[in-house]
Amino acid sequence: MNKLMQIHPDDNVLVIRKTITAGDEEEIDGVVILYHANIELGHKVAAKKIQKNELVIKYGVPIGSAIKDIETGSHVHLHNMKSDYIPTFQLDNQFKNGQ
Amino acid sequence: MDNNSNLKGFLRRDGRKGIRNAVLIVYLVECAHHVSKEIAFYFHGQEVQVIGFSGCYPNQYADRIMNAICTHPNVGAVLLLSLGCESFNRKILQENIERSGRPVYTIIIQQIGGTKKAIEAGKDWISKALVDIDTVERIGITTNDLVIGTICGGSDATSGITANPSVGRAFDRLVLDGAICMFEETGEMIGLENIMSQRAKTPELGVELKQAVEKAAIYYTRMGHGSFSPGNADGGLTTIEEKSMGAYCKSGNLAISGLIKPGDRPTVSGLYLMDVVSDGDPKFGFPNINDTSEVVEMIASGCHIILFTTGRGSVVGSAISPVIKICANPETYERMKDDMDINAGKILYGQATIDSVGQEIIEKVIAVAGGQKSCSEDLGHREFILNYKTFEPIGPACLPV
Repeated sequence: MNKLMQIHPDDNVLVIRKTITAGDEEEIDGVVILYHANIELGHKVAAKKIQKNELVIKYGVPIGSAIKDIETGSHVHLHNMKSDYIPTFQLDNQFKNGQ
Repeated sequence: MDNNSNLKGFLRRDGRKGIRNAVLIVYLVECAHHVSKEIAFYFHGQEVQVIGFSGCYPNQYADRIMNAICTHPNVGAVLLLSLGCESFNRKILQENIERSGRPVYTIIIQQIGGTKKAIEAGKDWISKALVDIDTVERIGITTNDLVIGTICGGSDATSGITANPSVGRAFDRLVLDGAICMFEETGEMIGLENIMSQRAKTPELGVELKQAVEKAAIYYTRMGHGSFSPGNADGGLTTIEEKSMGAYCKSGNLAISGLIKPGDRPTVSGLYLMDVVSDGDPKFGFPNINDTSEVVEMIASGCHIILFTTGRGSVVGSAISPVIKICANPETYERMKDDMDINAGKILYGQATIDSVGQEIIEKVIAVAGGQKSCSEDLGHREFILNYKTFEPIGPACLPV
């Protein structure tokens, strides 16, 4: 977990503390993940498999829920999770279908 | 605190102490804005700032905020610019400023004979005011004289990990040292109303805090847009709940002493939440159309200094009270160093801790209170905005004794 950090022990997402570049490998939950694309500093990846409709936990509290199954190590963002309060506004569909 | 016992503030008639001695040029309707800017042009580089209210229609909230701002301890003198026919109550405003012991003068453009004459009269008056306010009594100032606000703007997912918790650490310390600290933007507490209400000093205040956030959630839902910008998502924030949690860290860990609304001035040391969302049905649009409107509201509630955290890289400062920039993202810091007072992003690289950055923030607060210019201040940022809103007075449970 060189470039990743866990904020709270209950979290099912990890935070990227140094931008991940394509070709990086990170070991998460006993699995070695090879990244094929860059993911920027501050973004999240799944700390373990997250099922559709499961709550996404960061800071030890729910920050929304998964809208599809998310594999360990995958980028967690607008393409696979949503707010349980107010929908998130975007200028374009950059994150809608994954990137 | 020993390390700031040498600080000198400007003593005001109401007993409050300022850390700046600014001259304000205040336009009371957009029609007087140009004349105000032209007058200020002659004093470039001096502490002469233009603020104003654009609207011609009356608004009790705008009136209250403007009166509070013009009698803020960082203000030394005020020139009011009226076109002549707008509905702002310039007479009451002038009387309140006079009563506060500050030099004040009103120029009515229609009466004085138009643009040129108004500019000339304004220049003359400001030149004299600058000399006048040089004699304001200086007095020792300590942490328990200070009111500090915090806001985050241009947030990304690093904000809630580095800069915001560091401000929280600084807040804990400042409150224990006797300061009044405030945080705001109830629209960015959505999702954690239950967690936050447990920190209230009394159960009744807890209910008020929770209701304030619920009000914000309803308001923003009706407006069809949360307090969330496309840049937040680019920076890795996915939902308002996530942004909320990050923003909330700015408040630190102490008990919440009260709930205030813009213009309310706490008098007892403690941590306060400012409810910035209009009461009643959505009426005048979004609660805060930009970061500056929140900064202005905190200044109206007495803030001497604003701690502004940013991940994407905000550059704004403020009229009246200096803004200290705490940059959450180390990559942004490298790109925009000149605008940033503190690099909290180094926490991500293991080169600092939340405690050490918290300490850096406190030291910067003391330096800026002592006259050192913050980056945004030095770069000439003096943003100001005032909109229409409507508020009911706070209830008795909001400020428990």
